[in-house]
Amino acid sequence: MRLYEKPAHVLHDMLVNKEITSVELTEDVLARIDEVEGDVKAYLTITREEALAQAKAVDEKIARGEEISFLEGIPGAIKDNICTKGIKTTCASKILENFVPPYDATVMTKIKAENPVILGKLNMDEFAMGGSTENSAYHPTCNPWNTECVPGGSSGGSAASVAAGTAIWSLGSDTGGSIRQPASFCGVVGLKPTYGRVSRYGLVAYGSSLDQIGPVTRDVTDCANILNIIAGHDDMDSTSSVAEVPDFTKALVEDVKGLKIGLPKEYFVKGMDPEVEKAIRTAIEKYKEMGAEIVEISLPHTDYAISAYYLIAPAEAATNLQRYDGVNYGERVEGEDLVSMMTNTRTEKFGEEVKRRIVIGNYALSAGYYDAYYLKAMKVRTLVAEDYAKAFEQVDVILAPVAPTTAFKIGEMSGDPLQMYLQDACTVPLNLAGLPGISIPCGMSSKGMPIGMQLIGKALDEENIIRAAYTYEQSQDYHTKMPQLGGNN
Amino acid sequence: MKYEAVIGLEIHCELKTKTKIFCGCATEFGADQNTHVCPVCLGMPGVLPTVNQRVVEFGIKAGLATNCEINKYSKFDRKNYYYPDLPKNWQTSQYDLPIAEHGWVDIDVNGEKKCIRLTRIHMEEDAGKLVHSGTTIKDSNSSNVDYNRTGVPLLEIVSEPDMSSAEEARAYMEKIKAIMEYIDVSNCRMEEGNLRADINVSLRPVGTKELGTRTEMKNINSFKNLEDAINYEIERQTEVLEDGGHIVQETRTYDPARGITLSMRSKENAHDYRYMPEPDLPPIVTSEETIEKYRSELPELPDARRARLEEEFGLSDYDAGIITSSRAMAEYFDAVVATGADAKLAANWIMGDLLKNLNDEGIDISKSPVEAQRLGEMIQLIMKDTISGKIAKKVFKEMWTNTDSPEKIVKDKGLVQITDTKAIEGIVDEVIANNQKAVDDYKSGNKKAIGALVGQVMKASKGKANPQMVNKLLAEKLN
Ligand SMILES: [Zn+2]
Repeated sequence: MRLYEKPAHVLHDMLVNKEITSVELTEDVLARIDEVEGDVKAYLTITREEALAQAKAVDEKIARGEEISFLEGIPGAIKDNICTKGIKTTCASKILENFVPPYDATVMTKIKAENPVILGKLNMDEFAMGGSTENSAYHPTCNPWNTECVPGGSSGGSAASVAAGTAIWSLGSDTGGSIRQPASFCGVVGLKPTYGRVSRYGLVAYGSSLDQIGPVTRDVTDCANILNIIAGHDDMDSTSSVAEVPDFTKALVEDVKGLKIGLPKEYFVKGMDPEVEKAIRTAIEKYKEMGAEIVEISLPHTDYAISAYYLIAPAEAATNLQRYDGVNYGERVEGEDLVSMMTNTRTEKFGEEVKRRIVIGNYALSAGYYDAYYLKAMKVRTLVAEDYAKAFEQVDVILAPVAPTTAFKIGEMSGDPLQMYLQDACTVPLNLAGLPGISIPCGMSSKGMPIGMQLIGKALDEENIIRAAYTYEQSQDYHTKMPQLGGNN
Repeated sequence: MKYEAVIGLEIHCELKTKTKIFCGCATEFGADQNTHVCPVCLGMPGVLPTVNQRVVEFGIKAGLATNCEINKYSKFDRKNYYYPDLPKNWQTSQYDLPIAEHGWVDIDVNGEKKCIRLTRIHMEEDAGKLVHSGTTIKDSNSSNVDYNRTGVPLLEIVSEPDMSSAEEARAYMEKIKAIMEYIDVSNCRMEEGNLRADINVSLRPVGTKELGTRTEMKNINSFKNLEDAINYEIERQTEVLEDGGHIVQETRTYDPARGITLSMRSKENAHDYRYMPEPDLPPIVTSEETIEKYRSELPELPDARRARLEEEFGLSDYDAGIITSSRAMAEYFDAVVATGADAKLAANWIMGDLLKNLNDEGIDISKSPVEAQRLGEMIQLIMKDTISGKIAKKVFKEMWTNTDSPEKIVKDKGLVQITDTKAIEGIVDEVIANNQKAVDDYKSGNKKAIGALVGQVMKASKGKANPQMVNKLLAEKLN
């Protein structure tokens, strides 16, 4: 078994026990990148030399007998919409092709304080818009389990790198499911924390009221440990929560006795892949066996959530993306005058999906349509949040599918944006409500593609979903499986 | 047909906070280009704003000082439009829930009081500044942007269209300036753009209620330009209407050099600002206690101070109005009176010689070379008949460049008034003897002729004779 196959907590112990060095580990992951990155294409930027230098420094520290923190010396990578000082941050867009931020996102400041090994920046759908990582302006990322399939999106690079072993851990961002759905497609663990639990400062905004940064990891233990590092109030983000941050690793207990798990009937949608549904149902049976109480619940406004989401997110995106005009950042396409320069820049440098959402967003916000679209969507948002509030009077966590299918083929849905949007039906509602959700592997399809399930918690109650996820994870071995890559596939 | 003007003002008031509205950068004026900037005010990808609580405090105080209702639940919105000096291409402003609404201030034009209503006061960020390579945008082949001003906090104070002349508009803006100065939220330096107005002007036939088509003039930053621009615009619109034409709704600029307004852009290109609530900032929730705390911190405001000066010192309404038109002047007045100087004399000296000298040299009253203490001492010399009003003018002039006390100046320069009856009598006798013609005129009934004799006595005494005594002695001797 190679080092890249192990989760961070195992590697951490090995480093502490001096069974391995960080340089060995980093070299193994870099070797893995050399072997499979050509097939997976999870990265946009690889910072090989810096990574080895960081690893060396950690080894020297260990040699001096100093204590190391959880992520110290463990190679990971960052979604390319999280600002990294001195390292290109492109959002997978041509418009930010050469943008090097002069500052670190708050999560980066926190992560760097841990002294990890940063391998580089990960591919994504342009400006996080999309569910397949096909909308990257540079190249699509492939699913490590079947390189003809998408890894999901928009954090496709974050999920694919961890699944392929080209990173031990990664950070992604989730606006409507962008961490959970690719985690599900790639068979890894992805957590979208409560809105405000993790600072958004330095996350290039897509939908500001929906975006949240979260970890993508091999298992739930790593997930809880990384959440410990990145959670907490930030003075630079006034929407970040001031609530106390618990030690999430305390929730890593194998126990769901008496835990009330809600099954929302609306999430088991028509058109759902029978294999996905079967895997979820099997997991539910497992929870029952382990002593959880399963409660049927209803979230009646689920049907409207997707429509509300596809008005609110583009509306926010349309204004967030206005700053890319050729004046200040990234690339400029010249024109005869100011207006044509701005128009040419945006026409040439934005991709189709981004332009589509800008148009939708501006339409929804324009005078005369605001009440009919944006305002109504905001009302739906309130109703969706109330649905959850009512449900959480009865249950502790909600269990649902992540996506109605396993990973689809590259190109299969790119011609049909509406069909693609429906992929988000099970993930979007909790972004509207600001709730935490985790995706963990719960099965394999007959074609050998991973299936994930989703556990949704009350606001600021990541502990219960981590506990439920960990308990289930320990009862099976899906999280230890690796895709056959590098000539075996 | 006779027309009347309908005028409304949007005043932008730059707040005197140390740091910008959404980041920690300095607001200081006149720094090198792009030195007071950070990722946040440059609108870099990924940045988030945080609200400077001082701005909220100033917004609430401005609202309270102008009789507004304070919204306990207020929020920021994005006002979207593309402009190179606006880094995010939206301005963080307030739309439907501004910090303060429904206020009013009183103005006074030619002794007539009028109430001008305030629609709202909202908080927003300023934009940057374009620096063109040529003298104007037209002869420039490149333009750079200075973002130092980006994110400097502004209050936008919007009036109802309650004014009907340039004089009223000026009086209104002067009142707003005075109030903002009094409550100490802005430096109100118009030449630095601390206070600037967008003016809406329309005409309607006298006696009708419906509003005519309006034009807007942007960024007027002096009282003179404000009056001139409005007067020009009223005249222009009157001519258009009298020729049977229609007013086009448009934005115009005022060119002070030529004294005319020019069309800038027609309303056809009017922006749809696509306002939306700012998702990166939580709503501003203000408690009753906070509002009351800010209310208790407000100083005496211009109108109250004016009433007090009339009541306490018997100043005329006019004099009290001028003295209280700026906080610095009112404080100067109070300091002069506090030395024991007569209030009416103090008011006269401040509005007369002091203001004239300050204006001539462009000095702010707070930096007057004649400090309140010394002016007070000088006035007391007048009150004690040590010097006459006329000599006082000489003493005052001397004090402008000489830091000695007025008493010392009077002594050193030998300016003490002659109040010795014997000494004056001698001069009076001499003048009567030497001016037979004037004496005859007076005696034959031309009472005005005494003026010439007084003048001669004063001249002979080098202005030092007490004028009242001179008058009295002359009258005694001639009757
Ligand atoms: Zn700044």
